[in-house]
Amino acid sequence: MTEKLVVVGNGMAPGRALEKLFEMAPGKYDVTIFNAEPRTNYDRILLSPVLSGEKTYEDIVIHGDAWYQEHGVTLHKGRKVNAIDRLTKTVTAEDGTTAQYDKLLIATGSVPFIVPVPGKDLAGVLTYRDLDDVEAMLVAAEQGGSAVVIGGGLLGLEAAAGLAMRGMDVTVLHLMPTLMERQLDTTAGNLLKRAIEARGIKVITKANTKEILGTAPNGAPPRVRAILLDDGTEIPANIVVMAAGIRPSAGLAKEAGIETNRGIVVNDRMVTSDPDIYAVGECVEFDGNVYGLVAPLYEQAGIAAKGLAGEDTKGFVDKALATKLKVTGVDLYSAGDFAEGEDREEIVLRDATNGLYKRLILQDNKVIGVVMFGDTSDSGWFFQLIKDGTDISEMRDTLIFGPAYAGGAALDPTAAVAALPDDAEICGCNGVCKGTIVNAIGAKNLTSLDDVRAHTKASASCGTCTGLVEQLLTLTLGDSYNPNAVKPMCGCTDLSHGDVRRLIVAKELKTIPDLMQELEWKSSGGCAKCRPALNYYLLSTWPGEYVDDGQSRFINERVHANIQKDGTYSVVPRMWGGVTTPDELRAIADVADKFKIPTVKCTGGQRIDLLGVKKEDLPAVWSDLNAAGMVSGHAYAKGLRTVKTCVGTDWCRFGTQDSTGLGIKLEKFLWGSWTPAKVKLAVSGCPRNCAEATCKDIGVICVDSGYEIHFAGAAGLDIKGTELLCHVKTEEEAIEVIGALTQLYREQGHYLERIYKWRARVGMESIQATVVEDLPRRKELYEAFVYSQKFSQKDPWAERAKDHVDAHEFAPIADLTSMEAAE
Amino acid sequence: MTMDTVWLDVGAVDDIPSQSARIVKTQKGCIALFRTADDKVFALNDRCPHKGGPLSQGIVHGTSVTCPLHNMVFSLETGDALGPDEARVATFAVKVENGRIMLDASSFASRKDAA
Ligand code: SRM
Ligand SMILES: Cc1cc2nc3c(=O)[nH]c(=O)nc-3n(C[C@H](O)[C@H](O)[C@H](O)COP(=O)(O)OP(=O)(O)OC[C@H]3O[C@@H](n4cnc5c(N)ncnc54)[C@H](O)[C@@H]3O)c2cc1C
Ligand code: SF4
Ligand code: FES
Repeated sequence: MTEKLVVVGNGMAPGRALEKLFEMAPGKYDVTIFNAEPRTNYDRILLSPVLSGEKTYEDIVIHGDAWYQEHGVTLHKGRKVNAIDRLTKTVTAEDGTTAQYDKLLIATGSVPFIVPVPGKDLAGVLTYRDLDDVEAMLVAAEQGGSAVVIGGGLLGLEAAAGLAMRGMDVTVLHLMPTLMERQLDTTAGNLLKRAIEARGIKVITKANTKEILGTAPNGAPPRVRAILLDDGTEIPANIVVMAAGIRPSAGLAKEAGIETNRGIVVNDRMVTSDPDIYAVGECVEFDGNVYGLVAPLYEQAGIAAKGLAGEDTKGFVDKALATKLKVTGVDLYSAGDFAEGEDREEIVLRDATNGLYKRLILQDNKVIGVVMFGDTSDSGWFFQLIKDGTDISEMRDTLIFGPAYAGGAALDPTAAVAALPDDAEICGCNGVCKGTIVNAIGAKNLTSLDDVRAHTKASASCGTCTGLVEQLLTLTLGDSYNPNAVKPMCGCTDLSHGDVRRLIVAKELKTIPDLMQELEWKSSGGCAKCRPALNYYLLSTWPGEYVDDGQSRFINERVHANIQKDGTYSVVPRMWGGVTTPDELRAIADVADKFKIPTVKCTGGQRIDLLGVKKEDLPAVWSDLNAAGMVSGHAYAKGLRTVKTCVGTDWCRFGTQDSTGLGIKLEKFLWGSWTPAKVKLAVSGCPRNCAEATCKDIGVICVDSGYEIHFAGAAGLDIKGTELLCHVKTEEEAIEVIGALTQLYREQGHYLERIYKWRARVGMESIQATVVEDLPRRKELYEAFVYSQKFSQKDPWAERAKDHVDAHEFAPIADLTSMEAAE
Repeated sequence: MTMDTVWLDVGAVDDIPSQSARIVKTQKGCIALFRTADDKVFALNDRCPHKGGPLSQGIVHGTSVTCPLHNMVFSLETGDALGPDEARVATFAVKVENGRIMLDASSFASRKDAA
């Protein structure tokens, strides 16, 4: 018999518990979840990149709606449970929804601590805990003005950095004399302060907030206006963010008579004082400890899942934890225990000019804590020493310099990783162990950090374990893994394509020179690899605003024809959906005669190619083709190429829909758009698929009940059948989905990355969640595409033939052929 | 075979958009005039030594150009291939005076490699 499992709270901890439970005991429970937040489960850790603009909400969703459907879970979004009745075994939500349970899992997380000062309830006083908080901050940031963040811990600094990147004037107030005083000593605290200030953020330490001041009420609800400190300082503030700590949400459990203290008290199997009720996450207290980082919560989740599945398990133990400050450009890592104690010693390395700081806390010849600032590359090695309790007396003298100086092969970081057992946990956030990563690298031919992130989730959350994952790549792939060769866009920068795309948005970079300046390009003026990519990123990010830089385009896109091996060009007019007319054919024939074009050929894309045109003839050739109503086929573009069609219901005895008509509509809708790499479509009128739609970037197969939209096919360097994105009923819907899909690809794709590669990188689930399931988002993307088309649907041939755009391209600067040679 | 320099006015610097090139046609083939982002002008034979690609159609970056056909990169200053490739393109003396480009006609009029 299936039992009923009810979960209260849908954060990261229960999300993981359910994943594990469905793996171990599929179908054992009928699951109902209540979540106060009106959404599915997402990666709370990554809210800071969303705030700063380096990621979007879609990027951080862990389970989309489809996941809940697939596992038959009833998810009550936006319903907060306010009572648990342990006698009748029911929970009741605020809106009256009830559910009965055999087993209950409480995972209510924690709530931000609100500093109890006058004015704390004013409008504009925010916390930093969930997506609603981020959205409230973004709304405020749009108005500009000042923000004050109370609390200079990790959360407060991340909030401050995000708000500053969004253009606000930010001040951080910190109660203690230095930042992160528990982890850092005074000097290091000052280094951190300087690094934060270098990002344009003011930091005031020893700042005790006395009151939050509001606007004088004149009917409207009072809003925050400024903050008043103990010493009388007044700091203007349009918003105040409280980031002064968290408190476990144990109230619901307490009222139900479950044993609580600071949090909900659990045993090492995550069972509360009621044997049918489990609790996991930040709401629990184990052995006097409460938790605020994901790694231990995920471990709790695994243990609770085993208990629920009826399997025996080893109990939860308190372990050393590591964290990393997620502020781009500030490298801070800390792990373990920093409390002072008689029996503890420290080793500190400082290099103020280079902004470096390392501190080790030792006890009984073992490392128990490490803080690194400025250079965190050896963090993984130190964390391993803590976790293993390695005796360091032999290498104590050089310990602080890291594994490179520690001497002896056994201490080489790669060798140390090699020595780890397969079940050693590498990524605490996502609970991924060494064996899983090594197997994935081998089985799926992974070659880069991004690949490992995409396939195993290791290092995809807080990034603390990045060093270890890179060492595993080195270990598995040997010399063929070169982290530096894979990542950066080109030799001009250390940033990857993804980094650059995010930073363009976050820092509102709008020209190539600005971008190179701001992102510290290493070459003057870039190279032939990065310039076309940057030009595309700016063009697709700022439609209508960015002025295309012809000099950053490859010759084909600069002169709108394809260069051939002898320096002549080929010209391919558009032939909408592969349909032509006698008049068009006559015009093509006339052009070929008039300009003595040596070859006329049918292309693989259902149109006609004129090969061997002299460059200076191009404008005249185009002028004649334009006169017959033809425009550029963009056979050269990182943009829409062809839409192949079959004859469909017009002629074919099997046709189910007007495939030719839909193909033409799609081509008229999509032509002229610039994309990361070329985009080819096809529409077939029935599953016999004569237009070969299932090997295109986007393919439509018409069926009796509507249209199957496929995508991510390839038939060039790689051959790959498409995957089904969705099924829709009408042409309009098909066009909207395809527009949204194209736009998402335009926004996320790396330059030269075809759709099938983009899909492999970001995953089917996130694409489907965005363009199929989330209707408002689909509409938004569709409209963004329509907007950008306003600027790109101009025939480049007409602009050159008629309006003399780029005339310099087609004529020599000087013709000295009549001059006698001097010999 | 030394010859006196013959400076010939072939056009204005502003006739060449920044970071691009235009050609001068001669009886013995084309010469590519490049203008860099900092407005320096260089003259190179418009034929890539690899397979004859027209260098004037390449992307200009810093003081280099990338051939449009197979991406070899050449220094505009010396004509040498940069990176792993061993190759060289002929260069021509050129100077800018009052915004005009002056090309040494003696050097290309006697050039042997062009055809
Ligand atoms: C003309 C044409 C061959 C023909 O005579 O039929 C052609 C010609 C070229 N193809 Fe193609 N491809 C042509 C159809 C195809 C097809 C078939 C199709 O579109 O249905 C494919 C396989 C489908 C696909 O794209 O996945 C195809 C896969 C490629 C590839 C491999 C792309 C890949 O990502 O795997 C390249 C190389 C590239 O783009 O980097 C390429 C590149 C080229 C280039 C642009 C090579 C170059 O960089 O100069 C050729 C330009 C010649 C010219 O001046 O026209 N061509 N090429 C076809 C033009 C179609 C059109 O009407 O626009
Ligand atoms: C900005 C930010 C950055 C962070 N960075 C890191 C980091 O770098 N590394 C790291 O390890 N950790 C980090 N954390 C901490 C980490 O996100 C949390 O430890 C973790 O998300 C807690 O998971 P949880 O499931 O216990 O609770 P939560 O994820 O908080 O989920 C609790 C959920 O339960 C819901 N809920 C509460 N009460 C009820 C009720 N009565 N009925 C129904 N639903 C209810 C809440 O709305 C919430 O959605 C960060 C946190 C934040 C906010
Ligand atoms: S397959 Fe395409 S790229 Fe290769 S030679 Fe033929 S046209 Fe050129
Ligand atoms: S012709 Fe220039 S690189 Fe091949």
